[in-house]
Amino acid sequence: MSDSASQSAGASGASPTGASPAGGMRSGGGGERQVLSAFPPLDIPAIIRELAFTTLIASALVFPLLTLRTVDSVEGLYIESRWMVSFMAVALVVAGRLGLILLRYGKMIYAAVGGVVAILAAFFLPVPSLFEVILVAGGAILALRALVDLFLVVRQISPSARAEFRDRGGVWVRRVLPWAAGLAVVFAIVLPFMPFSSRYLIDVGVLILTYVLLGWGLNIIVGYAGLLDLGYVAFYAVGAYSYALLAYYFDFSFWICLPLAGLLSASFGLLLGFPVLRLRGDYFAIVTLGFGEIIRLILINWFRFTNGPDGISSIPRPSFFGIAEFARKPKSDLPSFHETFGLAFSSEHRLIFLYYLVLVLAALVAAFTLRVRNLPLGRAWEALREDDVASASLGISRTSIKLAAFGISATWGGIAGSFFATRQGFISPESFTFIESAIILSIVVLGGMGSLTGIACAAVLLIGLPEVFRELVEYRMVTFGGGLVLIMIWRPRGLLSFREPSIRLLDRRGRLRFAVAGRGVGESLCAGATGGATGDTTSGATSDTTSGATSEATSGTTGGVGR
Amino acid sequence: MSYREGSVVAYFLQQLVNGVTLGSVYGLIALGYTMVYGIIGMINFAHGEIYMIGAFVAVIGFTLFAGVPLVLALLLVLILATLVTGFYGWTLERVAYRPLRGSFRLAPLIAAIGMSIFLQNYVQLAQGARIKPVPPKIEGGLTLLVQEGFAARVSYLQICILLLTLLLMAALTWMIHGTSFGRQQRACEQDKVMAALLGVNVDRTISMTFVTGAILAAVAGVLVTLYYGVVDFFIGFLAGVKAFTAAVLGGIGSIPGAMVGGLLIGLIEAFWAGYFSTEWKDVAAFSILVIVLIFRPSGIFGRPEVEKV
Repeated sequence: MSDSASQSAGASGASPTGASPAGGMRSGGGGERQVLSAFPPLDIPAIIRELAFTTLIASALVFPLLTLRTVDSVEGLYIESRWMVSFMAVALVVAGRLGLILLRYGKMIYAAVGGVVAILAAFFLPVPSLFEVILVAGGAILALRALVDLFLVVRQISPSARAEFRDRGGVWVRRVLPWAAGLAVVFAIVLPFMPFSSRYLIDVGVLILTYVLLGWGLNIIVGYAGLLDLGYVAFYAVGAYSYALLAYYFDFSFWICLPLAGLLSASFGLLLGFPVLRLRGDYFAIVTLGFGEIIRLILINWFRFTNGPDGISSIPRPSFFGIAEFARKPKSDLPSFHETFGLAFSSEHRLIFLYYLVLVLAALVAAFTLRVRNLPLGRAWEALREDDVASASLGISRTSIKLAAFGISATWGGIAGSFFATRQGFISPESFTFIESAIILSIVVLGGMGSLTGIACAAVLLIGLPEVFRELVEYRMVTFGGGLVLIMIWRPRGLLSFREPSIRLLDRRGRLRFAVAGRGVGESLCAGATGGATGDTTSGATSDTTSGATSEATSGTTGGVGR
Repeated sequence: MSYREGSVVAYFLQQLVNGVTLGSVYGLIALGYTMVYGIIGMINFAHGEIYMIGAFVAVIGFTLFAGVPLVLALLLVLILATLVTGFYGWTLERVAYRPLRGSFRLAPLIAAIGMSIFLQNYVQLAQGARIKPVPPKIEGGLTLLVQEGFAARVSYLQICILLLTLLLMAALTWMIHGTSFGRQQRACEQDKVMAALLGVNVDRTISMTFVTGAILAAVAGVLVTLYYGVVDFFIGFLAGVKAFTAAVLGGIGSIPGAMVGGLLIGLIEAFWAGYFSTEWKDVAAFSILVIVLIFRPSGIFGRPEVEKV
């Protein structure tokens, strides 16, 4: 048993093709040009053992929890069994494993056929919609990988050439990305006036942009400063509640509260940040989680002040910059928007205004982030993220630099929170659970920590897709969770994080070359990066993933890396 | 349970009994955190979900074996729960930790958070979001002290929980110090490369550590199902955080520390609920977590870590 366990252990992580970044990293070390044809000979008993082991594990995971569903009734619980679904789940896992085995032994054609069969099965077999999606996605991935592997073997492409190719792809993506981002911004600006735009679409747009705002805010602390904040929702909550309470108790308007909420959140962030910043990575994460939960529990339990779990309702909507109000008959002494501007009344005006408001806020964060990356502060963040001790020894004050990241990140969280409060008109502690933190975190992680475009794409994907696939909405969180794990395994730097290696030893034609990408690697703040980069030269690896971590630190100097 | 002037001692005794019961359950979960942290230096964020799965298997088991005599049913449920969660612990390590051993520092923690969300929602999908009630199985108890109409009682179930916890802790201590697996585990804890050179199968030892932690959490899950009588898919989060607090309080990486930390957290929670207010007891738990991490991250039994370049 243990034998086959250790064999299956090697299966998914280190496939010899190096299709995953991890595989590329392993095979890329040393820089030798090994030709990709070393598939192990087919070992039928080992395969059968491995499949049997997979079946055993999958059945154990599926059997009581999925198969035997406990159902409430008047006499207590009774059991409802679902053998068919369980059997299909186990079969799916085993089939997936078989596909990976086929790839491992170099039977690409069988794997590709298997992938196509899986896609066809999704259409012709009567399976639940979730299994259909898994079958189609899994089959497509399997078939694609098999075809890519086949191409590599037929053309005799070595792993290092492959890494080179991927680097070039990364450069291409980086060249195209600013244009794509620009197009996306233009699209976002004209969206409310497009012929196909609808109330629902704009509403989803506002939701997505709120998460983009939150993701970019969290990105400052997670992506740049490299601190895992699991309690970001606390600042979101502070922002939302400070607007709601200020409006409730003192009748403050939204436009006064927006900067106030940011300030309050920032001071809150500094207050919390001060004691926790000397903690190491994972302890820091847990403490921020603790703070996030404490804030939520205080909001629930401090009934007299925050109205407890019932939340605060009828939070005032924003006015048009204090000039006019979005209502048919304004309650305050402000004139109504449609009369002021000579338009026919439409309830969409307010929605479109909110849309542009959050768009402008997001643009502010983006502009701020892009600017601060090139300032000493931003570079110090990246240097700290790469190597704490080295940066401290170069005279960077760890506490104050991290505190700045914490405070700035909190400010944006607070501003997003007060926008959320005014959009919803109702807030309760329910909206600020740990899950919310986890969703924002998964947006940042999926998009690639530190990449603004990536995070925006991830927000569209994670928030927009569930809106499109309404029937699968209950599987949203399962997908989030599973997605976080898979991203960490396959692309730990995020989907859109293509990065140029800082230093190349060989150029494209294989000649010896010693070039430094980026202008000012010698600058003192990037010392951590240069240290890492020289490590690269000695190993001679050209894979983007090996140098990904180090080249990131130089991104401040090279300019547009990973935007 | 009201607090009266005349029944100070009895009331105190009652909180003590409740606290020790609660604490032993937290201790069982905390052991999983501390063992995993000791061997791979990572916080197994999904451990709370493993405990939740144990509790759910217990609900299923008790429903399934409704007609079987109590002792046999308990035994069967314990076996089923430990078996299933053992597999979950193994898979968790295999899927979310082993591929990430060479990755950057925060990768395993993020993967574990993902795993935690995944498991929580998997159970919600498979078993439904509603609270599962389990009728009380072990009833009755002993009266320790009666004072002015307030009786401090210890139920048979509480005795059961205490005995089982003591038994498991003794077994674990023996396993760590007296078996070859324990020796391998301690070797891996000290130096994985050296252990591997000396013929220890490091991968398997780490896997088995996860499985051991999961088994202990499963027992905790079964006991809590019996004790509270209700289970839902969200219990893992809070219990996980509290148990992690216990592990940190005792000094993460130290096995006696986890037991002592668990007891302390249980006692603090019971006394807080008994003398102050039930609503704020979770705030108390989180506050202890934050305070301990900030002021004494090495805990009671832990050694302070030295940052090496």
